[in-house]
Amino acid sequence: MTGKALQAYLHDRLHAPGYRTLVLAGLFLAAVVLASPVAALPMGKPVDFETQEQEAQYQKLVRELRCTVCQSETIHESNAALAGDMRRRVYEMTAAGASEQEIIDFLVQRYGDYVRYRPAFQANTVLLWTSPFLILFAGGMVWLQVVRQRQRLVLRQELSAEERAALEQFRRGE
Amino acid sequence: MLRRIAFPLVGVLVILGLLYVGLGIDSRALPSPLVGKPAPAFQLESFYDPEEIVTEADFIGEVALVNVWASWCSSCRSEKPYLMELARQGVTIHGFNYRDTRADARRYLSAEMNPYDKIAFDPNGEAGMEWGVYATPETYVLDAGGTIRYKHIGPLTPRIIREEVLPLIEKLEAENR
Amino acid sequence: MIAELGNFALILAFCLAISQGVLPLVGARTGNERLMATGRSLAVGQLVFLAFSYAALTWAFVASDFSVEYVARNSNLALPTQYKVTAVWGGHEGSLLLWVLLLAAWGVAVAVFSKALPRKMLARVMGVLGIVSTGFLAFTVLTSNPFNRLARVPADGVDLNPLLQDPGMIAHPPLLYMGYVGMSVVFAFAIAALLSGRLDAAWARWSRPWTTVAWCFLTLGVGVGSWWAYYELGWGGWWFWDPVENASFMPWLTATALLHSLAVTEKRGGFKVWTVMLAILTFALTILGAFIVRSGVITSVHSFAADPDRGVFLLSMLAATLLGSLALYAWRAPRVGLGGGFGWYSRESLLLGNNVLLVVACAAVFVGTLYPLALDALGLSKISVGPPYFDAVFMPLMMPMLFLVGVGPLIAWKQADPVETSKQLRWVFLVSILIGIAWPFAMGLWKPLTALGLGLAAWILLTAAVDTRNRMMRRRSQGVGSMLGALRPSFLGMHLAHAGLALVVVAISMVNSYEVERDVRLAPGDTATAGGYEFTMLGVGGVRGPNYDADQATIEVTRNGKPVATLTPQRRYYDSQSDMPMHQASLHRRPTRDLYVSLGERLSGDAWLVRLYYKPYMFWMWVGGLMMAFGGFLAAADRRYRLARERSTVVAEERPAATGRSAGQEVG
Repeated sequence: MTGKALQAYLHDRLHAPGYRTLVLAGLFLAAVVLASPVAALPMGKPVDFETQEQEAQYQKLVRELRCTVCQSETIHESNAALAGDMRRRVYEMTAAGASEQEIIDFLVQRYGDYVRYRPAFQANTVLLWTSPFLILFAGGMVWLQVVRQRQRLVLRQELSAEERAALEQFRRGE
Repeated sequence: MLRRIAFPLVGVLVILGLLYVGLGIDSRALPSPLVGKPAPAFQLESFYDPEEIVTEADFIGEVALVNVWASWCSSCRSEKPYLMELARQGVTIHGFNYRDTRADARRYLSAEMNPYDKIAFDPNGEAGMEWGVYATPETYVLDAGGTIRYKHIGPLTPRIIREEVLPLIEKLEAENR
Repeated sequence: MIAELGNFALILAFCLAISQGVLPLVGARTGNERLMATGRSLAVGQLVFLAFSYAALTWAFVASDFSVEYVARNSNLALPTQYKVTAVWGGHEGSLLLWVLLLAAWGVAVAVFSKALPRKMLARVMGVLGIVSTGFLAFTVLTSNPFNRLARVPADGVDLNPLLQDPGMIAHPPLLYMGYVGMSVVFAFAIAALLSGRLDAAWARWSRPWTTVAWCFLTLGVGVGSWWAYYELGWGGWWFWDPVENASFMPWLTATALLHSLAVTEKRGGFKVWTVMLAILTFALTILGAFIVRSGVITSVHSFAADPDRGVFLLSMLAATLLGSLALYAWRAPRVGLGGGFGWYSRESLLLGNNVLLVVACAAVFVGTLYPLALDALGLSKISVGPPYFDAVFMPLMMPMLFLVGVGPLIAWKQADPVETSKQLRWVFLVSILIGIAWPFAMGLWKPLTALGLGLAAWILLTAAVDTRNRMMRRRSQGVGSMLGALRPSFLGMHLAHAGLALVVVAISMVNSYEVERDVRLAPGDTATAGGYEFTMLGVGGVRGPNYDADQATIEVTRNGKPVATLTPQRRYYDSQSDMPMHQASLHRRPTRDLYVSLGERLSGDAWLVRLYYKPYMFWMWVGGLMMAFGGFLAAADRRYRLARERSTVVAEERPAATGRSAGQEVG
């Protein structure tokens, strides 16, 4: 495939209606996958750990870290060389006894928050984590208000004209 | 009447504004959290001589570029003439030979001239991980104290060199003097 | 030549769309009957020209006319013919042509099936559809013309993305676009009602079947997309919370809310403003979806700079939709009444609760999808928001909603009695809890969230059964025929859709908790086990497909030594991109579990990496999705709507009085 054709091709893959195609950041990144001699942990290579906790930590982490050169893929699913490197690093650090947080911190220091699929709760993500619940609260308030309003509507229809007048007087504080 | 729609109107305008700004961003520019930090530690064989060990200390001492390259990477080839030009102008350029074999890389270097001063040989991407490398080519600017001051992902172009790299190098060298 | 004719037809359709966006509206404004009547013929004309244009593009694909740039980029000589036909919608430009074609088809459908609509109303609906069509056709013609020629004709085309060379991909985009485009019809009804200043039960009754049908297609589209991702991407996932997926999920959520809100508007005259807002919002979200997928703004981290004109154009359309609708609303909405009152415990209030939860869920997805973009736009670093976030915020919102799905259909409009409900449902409630507790035990491992999910699914199914039984029992004295007659299509459709949702919940709970995934290294003769099944590698051989080479493993599956299946996962190297292998998984499906095998890399010697999955109850997900869509179609087919159409001329004449009444309610 010529460079131009590949470029057009990748461009279109991105705009195809399909989901989640593996798209690489231009030719220079594509080249990594295409031709590099891989020493990384191949996708799906069985890994062994001493303890079940380590195994569980590894399995969780590889599903929550982003392959930074792919479109929407975790390092667990990606064929990219960088994902292989990251898997290997997560494996080595886990096997050496590093905690989940230490491994995440290690990668964030080098690749930024972009590498985490579970955004940290920090200054610039406060709104991200809280807004669904704020919106839910607002929604609940709207529900309450609407229901109260309609309840009054029922009430009004049920009352006779005299009762309504009395209620109105009562409300005005007379 | 405007009050009825004031709230949704503000929301809609904010979202439209964000989307519009978002359209204009060059979102390929992945910022490196390493900018402003000291050059990460590594220990690798020298590309020229397997017996010799290269560490981050070898890259530090003067204002320098650190370029991550490989022989299989076509865009490295495309930026190489610009690196040669920079080297001719007296800019020190170190390199990581990334996920490569010595034989291929030697051919790549001897085909033209070699812009690199020191080259660390990183066949397994170990230092690459420490330096937060996404893919080749990438270029860092180190100041004389060994702090990363700039990072560019992707091939250098004359425009980037003219507008970003050279002014920064001049500034750093002025600081140094 | 054919391509030029296609282009010409496209431009003619564009001109017709402009006329359709102007003439009927002017007619409705001035009361000119002839102008009002133009909408119908213009819509038919548009469909004819777009169908021709689409046929021309298809011909260019089948004939491999690589002088057409779009064909050159999305096809090649070796592509099997059926994929040449579907490759028409394999890229941006062609999929947009499909979009406008379907839009024109919906327009004609409205014109044909709404003969009983008041002429002014129909004229306004056709006019708004014309405007929508004008927008999308202008986008196609000006920024994304699929008929552009290449100056230098390549000998062969690039290829259709191998991921799209698959039967699932044949069905997914047309279904999804049918749903998206159907929402334009819903939008057109809403705007027409706002223009007329009459948001009433008649309007709700007219737009309800259209909304339901559009929702069904959207459901099918999202479902087939998920199904395709499940088996085609090769790693067993079925939902990734990817921006592109979220783009189709957000309008689905608001459309679901709209369906329920329309029920209140039709039956009780309430929530009119809310219903109109939802219709507009749903349509706006379909445009936002197009923006997310086609402008490159969200996925652009990894893309070549997409044509910025496209993004700007779609954003302008979004802005025009939202701002125009808001302005229209500000102008017209004050005349709308509140509808009937209701108590805090009534079907209305629960449906409102369901609406709040669905819209909040949509807002959560929206926030998660666009937050990284917003941060980036403000220069506040770059982050990723992925499945862990969405699972954490979305699931808690769905739990109360699932509970409401069970109660809602059983309780009365206006005012119900909680004590009555609890008497009626206490056994169902207890049985649901028992199922929730016991079922996970039967699966071997008890987890609280799984128990909750399964219990809620049981709750929905059982309450539906109770409701059905009650309805039939009320006519017990009148014989079996009458009892069955009580089960109207709209009633059955509702419960079918709800039951479908319950099945999907079962599948999600099961597969999230009890999926087994194993990475193993298998050489011929080796055996590995997963989920109680033994997988024995018999060997790996080469296979030649129409346009690819593949390594194909033959894996025999047994359970306790008895043969179950022979699976043949492939690793395909398409000729057009032989260095990027595709995983073609091999599945064995049974109602309570899928076995799923993917072939990975070759290791040293003749050993291969193989990923084995045991996925319990996946089958229920697809059946559930189909049931939801089928339930919707059933409800839309209810005779009530057809009668309503026959009667609607009468309704229209009565309407001033009706509006008077609802206004009276507001005051009184």
